Amino acid sequence: MDKSVIQKIKENAILIRKDSIRITTLVNSGHPGGSLSAADIFATLYFHVLKHNPKKPDWEDRDRFILSAGHICPALYCTMAHAGYFPVEELNTLRKYSSRLQGHPSRTSLPGIETSTGSLGQGISVSIGMALGLKLKKSISRVYCLMGDGEQNEGQVWEAAQSAAQYKLDNLTGIVDWNDVQQDGRNSDVMGIEPLKEKYESFGWHAITIDGNNVEELLEAFDEANRTKGKPSVILAKTVMGKHVSFMEGKFEYHGKTLKPEQAEKAYKEIENAG
Amino acid sequence: MLAEDFSSKQYPRDGFGHALLELAEKNPRVVALTAGVSESVRTHWFAEKFPDRFFQMGIAEQNMIGAAVGLSLTGFIPYASSFGSFMPSRSFDQIRVSMCYNKVKVNLVSTHCGLNTGEDGASAQMMEDFSMMRALPNMTVIAPCDYLETKKAVIAAANYPESVYIRVGREKTPVITTESTPFKIGKAEIFREGKDVTIMACGLMVFEAIKAAKELEKQNISAEIINLHTIKPIDSEAIIKSAKKTGAVVTAEEHQIYGGMGSAIAEVLSQNYPVPMKMVAMNDVFGVSGRMDELFKAYNLDSSAIVRQALAIMKLKK
Repeated sequence: MDKSVIQKIKENAILIRKDSIRITTLVNSGHPGGSLSAADIFATLYFHVLKHNPKKPDWEDRDRFILSAGHICPALYCTMAHAGYFPVEELNTLRKYSSRLQGHPSRTSLPGIETSTGSLGQGISVSIGMALGLKLKKSISRVYCLMGDGEQNEGQVWEAAQSAAQYKLDNLTGIVDWNDVQQDGRNSDVMGIEPLKEKYESFGWHAITIDGNNVEELLEAFDEANRTKGKPSVILAKTVMGKHVSFMEGKFEYHGKTLKPEQAEKAYKEIENAG
Repeated sequence: MLAEDFSSKQYPRDGFGHALLELAEKNPRVVALTAGVSESVRTHWFAEKFPDRFFQMGIAEQNMIGAAVGLSLTGFIPYASSFGSFMPSRSFDQIRVSMCYNKVKVNLVSTHCGLNTGEDGASAQMMEDFSMMRALPNMTVIAPCDYLETKKAVIAAANYPESVYIRVGREKTPVITTESTPFKIGKAEIFREGKDVTIMACGLMVFEAIKAAKELEKQNISAEIINLHTIKPIDSEAIIKSAKKTGAVVTAEEHQIYGGMGSAIAEVLSQNYPVPMKMVAMNDVFGVSGRMDELFKAYNLDSSAIVRQALAIMKLKK
């Protein structure tokens, strides 16, 4: 892989992390923890993997990206802004009245959002419909769907999983941001999801487990998923909640809790140093 | 405008299956999804003729709604179908967020709705669907009165700008309309002119209303009948006009009394032109197993219940 590609992804991951904290602190609302764990996934997708055109979000031959875990949209908005979908200044409107950046992604508010989410489990089913539709149209576009690990508790995810295998949707790549915590605590304490890899495999998927905060591993995994034929793939991306901010890392309390301005300043420095 | 006699009976759900075939032949973008009940909902003819455009989604209604949304977002016109108790009831959240909030057009056709689902018992007798579906922004709600009207509704839904929910029953029922009976989404049809009382009905209760009107005629009461096939958007104009003319309204629906068609009519009249009203509907109870005719009688969902309410309201008028 070209080093400059990796460098670009990593630089954007830093921007995504810093801005995710900045804008959630600004409005004192939103979900910073998962935004940080998934920052490298977003950056890898939007700055290399996805075939897309920020100036023409409805370009027919684009790949589709669906954020099924809608609550981590601060990271998605920051990614889209830095990719050129809308001005970076607009990020400051997050969750405010009349903003296009709704608390959970809204398709009708912001061009580039493929489908409105916010109720867990639904994005993966819509992704399956898109993958079916693209195959029916003989399109070579792919569908990427990012889910949360807590989201794996939803029954709908497994309804979706069985149908993707039934229809051999090899144009679909699922990604699980596996940061191991959800709102009420550690997954294993709230409702265990293990053995997740074996679950997906037994549902007929090709499952790839990686360090989801490692860009090189992410790039390889997306490539492997794209090469896999006859079945859908899922990347089980082991991540760290609040990655690169020492006092947030691994803490479920930061699922939906924002940082105070002084904490945010400390976080920016740690993120820069880590990058 | 109506059939000469009502001796011919057909399954309203056949109207869905036949309409789907007609649509699919003309439009390659029409696709169908079913949750493991294709023969029962009558998508099996489509599946046989257009296998590439048929999506068997298995017994998984929540995922089916999402898949239909995804198909719509890639340029298709999806018809998702199941039994009313599973769609919309089981998949309500998916309909709310992925379809309605998302403003993505999907046509939903639910069969086996209402008390006529009979022998299957209460869990299958979906009678809360109007209430659920009409509460949703960006959703149209239709309850056709027979086979032909179902066919027309399914065809009209294809190019209608908003998501449409069409509810039909299980039983074979009299065909009361003809090919030339007008049908337009959102436009109520006067099936019988009258001056003393208006019976506003939808679905199978339209036939019961016709029988009731004949009975009332014997007692010198002239009943107007409005077929209110579209419950949302509701035809306020037609409702108010008829209420002004007769001064009394009886509503009849195969649905719970709270939140259904009668409630929708009460919302219109109470805010615009209040007149005495009576509602014929399921009285906040679940049904039991039995034959349709037995159940209609037991739960006061038949022509004689409509007649009783019409007579009661005539007293209120005076």
